[in-house]
This record gives sequence, structure tokens and C-alpha cells, in this order.
Amino acid sequence: MDKILDKKVINYGEAIYEAITQEMARDENIFVYGLGVDDPKGHYGTTKDLHKKYGKLRSFDTPLSEDAMTGIGIGAALAGLRPIYVHQRMDFLLLCMNQIVNMASKIRYISSGEHSVPLVIRAAIGRSWGQGAQHSQALQSFFMHIPGLKVIAPTTPHDVKGGLIASIRDNNPVIFIEHRMLYKNAGYVPSDTYEIKFGKGRVLREGNDITIVGVSHSVEDSLRAADLLKGVGVNAEVIDPISLSPIDNEIIRDSVNKTKKLLVVDNGWMKCGFSAEIIADVATNCESILCQRLGFPETPCPTTPSLEKHFYPNPQNIAKKANEMCGGDSEWNPPEVVQHEIVSFKGPF
Amino acid sequence: MNNLFDIKKAYYLFLLIRRSEEKIIELYNTDKIKSPVHLSIGQEAIAVGVSLALSESDIIFSNYRGHAHFIAREANLDKMWAELYGKSRGTARGKGGSMHLNDYEKNFIPTSAIVSTAVPEAVGYAFALKYKKQEGTVVCYHGDGATDEGVFWESLNFASLHSLPIIFICENNKYAIYSHQNTRSLNNPIVDRAKAFGVSSIRISGNKTKNFFDATSDCIKQIKKKSQPFLLECMTTRWRDHVGITIPELSKAEFEEIENAKNNDDLVELEKQLPEDDVLIINKKVTTEIENAINFAESSNFPEESELYDNVLA
Repeated sequence: MDKILDKKVINYGEAIYEAITQEMARDENIFVYGLGVDDPKGHYGTTKDLHKKYGKLRSFDTPLSEDAMTGIGIGAALAGLRPIYVHQRMDFLLLCMNQIVNMASKIRYISSGEHSVPLVIRAAIGRSWGQGAQHSQALQSFFMHIPGLKVIAPTTPHDVKGGLIASIRDNNPVIFIEHRMLYKNAGYVPSDTYEIKFGKGRVLREGNDITIVGVSHSVEDSLRAADLLKGVGVNAEVIDPISLSPIDNEIIRDSVNKTKKLLVVDNGWMKCGFSAEIIADVATNCESILCQRLGFPETPCPTTPSLEKHFYPNPQNIAKKANEMCGGDSEWNPPEVVQHEIVSFKGPF
Repeated sequence: MNNLFDIKKAYYLFLLIRRSEEKIIELYNTDKIKSPVHLSIGQEAIAVGVSLALSESDIIFSNYRGHAHFIAREANLDKMWAELYGKSRGTARGKGGSMHLNDYEKNFIPTSAIVSTAVPEAVGYAFALKYKKQEGTVVCYHGDGATDEGVFWESLNFASLHSLPIIFICENNKYAIYSHQNTRSLNNPIVDRAKAFGVSSIRISGNKTKNFFDATSDCIKQIKKKSQPFLLECMTTRWRDHVGITIPELSKAEFEEIENAKNNDDLVELEKQLPEDDVLIINKKVTTEIENAINFAESSNFPEESELYDNVLA
């Protein structure tokens, strides 16, 4: 049986684990490190017991020294290893910025291509259940801004496995963005190894009336919004860019040239962010497209659920905005959709 | 690893560094050199002493004050000059300049312009050597200023925790631009702080090439027996400003310190130990090599516009 056709249903977290363990078995230069990677929880199971399988040199806990540990990964990559550095929260990458921005992204350029930095930095966005101001941030735009970095934020179990394998095999530094609210999502995943392509997005739902582009978890909510929109006769096309840098502008341009309407649903602050970049590209390269966006209000993320629910875009307000853009009734109040992954999550981490 | 101190070679490398940088000073106002320069004049003995103790398989992590380390490693002088000129035959095809020299063949890793920033990279490289059971020691040159940064101690901690084969060469010229060490930390010697992290550390005073050579040779000998990190705090004096070619504007005491260092210039000491003929031959060789390197730079082209986008990504 063709192994690539041999699929099974696993969840997003299991797909990450599978990508890592299969790649580690293939190439002994790959190692995994980060706070808690070898603890009993194994970072949502994604690194569980790798140290037992591949030895303590290839999967190890670190001092709480994110700045140096990033540089150590870069140095190891310069020497021919392929490190995967794991962060439980994307917020912690702020401790690594000097190394990522000044070193990882620039060494190839300043050595005229003699050196490269095959380093994968995994970081989880920690939204929901009281994560608040410093444990929930989605900072993809910081990294999209920097030449010399690749940035990817897969949404489905299929793409997270293929995306991580592609990141590990890539010779550039890759910021690999996961989302805590996606770990339990299940889907068909090929059993063998495979890569998805950087710079290649995916149309997850076809439609002619409006284009909705999400990023990471907001793709999930955009799909829910598309379901709601069906109820009022609006066919939304939902695009998951998957790879944020390089980004597949073509797939978005093609779609908006068809629908003439674009709604970008950011999972971050809008100013200078992902949505700004998508809309700027469409404004520059397409004609007569109605553009709108949703994203975080300009506040830190509040901890209490009574305010947090107003902080994130949700399927209803995405659907309402899209319907208005399509000339629908502005009084329409879409029925509530249960975001089961958010409602069911009860911490502590 | 070399155990015998080769005075002739030490004098040659020392002179090549000194004359190269003097040439930079001479040419700098013509604007032919297209980047900031951080001169090593006064500090050359460290680079020469350390480099003479190293083997081909050893790895060099330097920094923006890297001319001496680069030349002492016998890296490509022609390419260095072409890089200073911003030319396409430079070490980074003109995209790096003085602050980002590199020489792949010589295991001289591209340098960083940000204090202490390449220190963890050096540790990561040493980790990789141990991981791959590969021969070699990493040498990480940094200044006293680097030890003000948190990442420096994070790096030292990891090197110590994993017993990595690395020598931190702390070139302590006491100044970060114009900020004296005493204004930046209590009188708590760098060697003592390093020892607290479990890193064997020695302070070497006197700014003499042979002493740096001996200390480095000894570290390498011990690393070959048992992988472990070392720190050598090499006391030295920078004769020029932090950046550029000018003489520092100093107090009388500070000025006297530099004058004193000049009177104890190890280049002069090394020269005294060599036969006159050798000195003449070496001087001639150095002059020719620098002339050739400058001709190489002058006769190189600037990179084409199309190169702007080269090597952003692999």
C-alpha cells in the first residue's frame, strides 16, 4: 500500500509529535530542546518521551535562558546540526529577539551564502482560560517583518505535520507558530512523512460572494462564520495562508478578483499586522476590492472571561461583518456557535 | 595544538595586523573604506598568542573588533581588504564590511556588530562539536563590555553545565566606548564571576603574546584530556577610539596608561628577539602582502544591483 495514502485520524498535537519523531529517526542531526520538553507532559504530548527514545543529548531541558538558548541553537545550526527549539508560549520569544532578528535572519546574508541557519523555533499561542496579557499573544507580524526568516502557522493536523517536516528540512530559520486551541483538532493525516510548501496557501472552503482570510486559529472561526453565512445565502470563500512568510499572495488575489470582497480575520493586533499586510497587497495589486478586517482591539488581552470574550473576533461577528459587506441585513444576528475547544479548556496551562 | 612558541611567526602576524590597521588609518579619510572600523591596535598580542596555539580544526568566534583575530588566524587578507572597500571579492561580497568578517575555509565564523551577541553561538558550536564527537575547540573572543550583558552569563552557564570545549577570550581593555569598567560594575573581577559559574578562569596581565600563547596552549591541552570551558581574562589597552581612527580624548591618567602601554609594546619586544635579517625579510613580506591586498581591493568591482537580493534565504 502506498504509504502516503495510508491515512489515519489524529489530532494536531499528535501530528506535531509524529513529524518530530519521524524526522529524528531519519536524521540524527536533529535535536529538540526547550523548557520542559522532557517533562512528563512533554509540551502537550508533542515532545513526550523523545529523550527516552533518542537519548538525552537529542531531547533536553534547558536553563531559563531564552536569549542564550536561541544563540546556542543558531551556533549548533552553523555547525551542521538541525535544532528544534520549543516554547510553551509565543510571548517568551520576546526574550529571544536579539538572536532571532540580529543573528539567525542575517548570518546567511553577511556570509554571502556560505553559512545557513537551519533552526526551527516552535512557539505556541496560548489563548484562552485566563492567559491574559503575557501568555496569549500572537506575534506573527513581528517575524513577518524580518527578511531572512520564514514564518508558518498551520491550522489543520495535515498541514501542521507537513509544515513542521518542511520547516525541519528547510535550511533557513523558521518561526513555527502553533495554537493551543488547535492541539485537539482531529483530521486525516498521512502516516508517512511529507512536506507542504512554504508560500502556498489553501482554499479551505470555496465560495463566490466574499473572501475571508484567517490566520492560525482565526481560520477555524472563519470556517464557522462561513457556515453561519450559508444560512443567509452568502457563499464565503475561506483561505488559510498557512505560510505567512513567504506568503501566497496569488491565492488571495485570485479569490478577491472573483468575489470583489475581502475580510481579513487577524488573530493579532491589526496595526502594522498580518491583516494590514494582506490588505496592502490587495490594494496594490487588485482593483475595486472592498476590504475590511477584524482583529484584536488596541488593548492588552484581559484575563477575565467577561472581557476576554470581547477581545477576540468570533464566528458571529465575523459572519455579521461579512454579511454586511455582501449587502445583507445589518440587523442580522447570527445564532451563537459553540467554540468547543475554548469552552472546554480548563487550564491550568 | 602547538606547544612551541614560534617568535618569527608571532612577529610576522603581529606586524601584519599592526601595519594593516595603520594602513586603514592612513586611508580612512579618503573614504575608500566603506564601513565603520573598530581597530585592534594595542590589543594584537592576544589574537596572535591565542591563534598560534590553535589548530586548523578549531573554530573562531570573533566580534566587530575583529581585524586582529582575522589576520592572526591567517584568514584571507585580500578578501578582508576588498570587504573593507565594499567590493564583490570581499569576505561577504561587500555586504558585511569590517564588522562582519568571515572566512569559511579558516573556520572563522561571521562576526556580529552587537556586543556579546555571538557568545551563545560560540557555545552552540561547541555543543555541536561534542554532540558530533568532532575534534576541535571553539575560541570565543569578546570584550569586558560583553560581560555586562545577561546573555554572556547565560552562555557561560550552559557551557559549564554541558562541559563544552570552549575558551572564552576576554579582551579586557577596561572600556566600553568611553565607559570605564568601574562605572559599569563593582570591583568584582571577571575571572571571579566566571569561576562562580564553574568555569576555570585565569587573568593574564602584561599584554605579552607569549603569555597568551602559553595560557591558550594549556587550556587546549586540558580540553583534549577532558572537555570543559575556560575563560582567559586578557588585560590589554586599546590605543585608539572605540570606533574610527581617532585618538581617545582622555584624562591625564588615562593618557598615561596608553603611553605606558606603548612603551611596553610587545611588537618591539618580539622584534628584539629576532635576528636583524629576519626582521627585514618579515617587514618586506608584510609590506608586500598589504600592498597586494589593497591592489586586490582597488581592482575589484562593486557588487551589481542584482546582488542585493542574493542570499537572503537559502
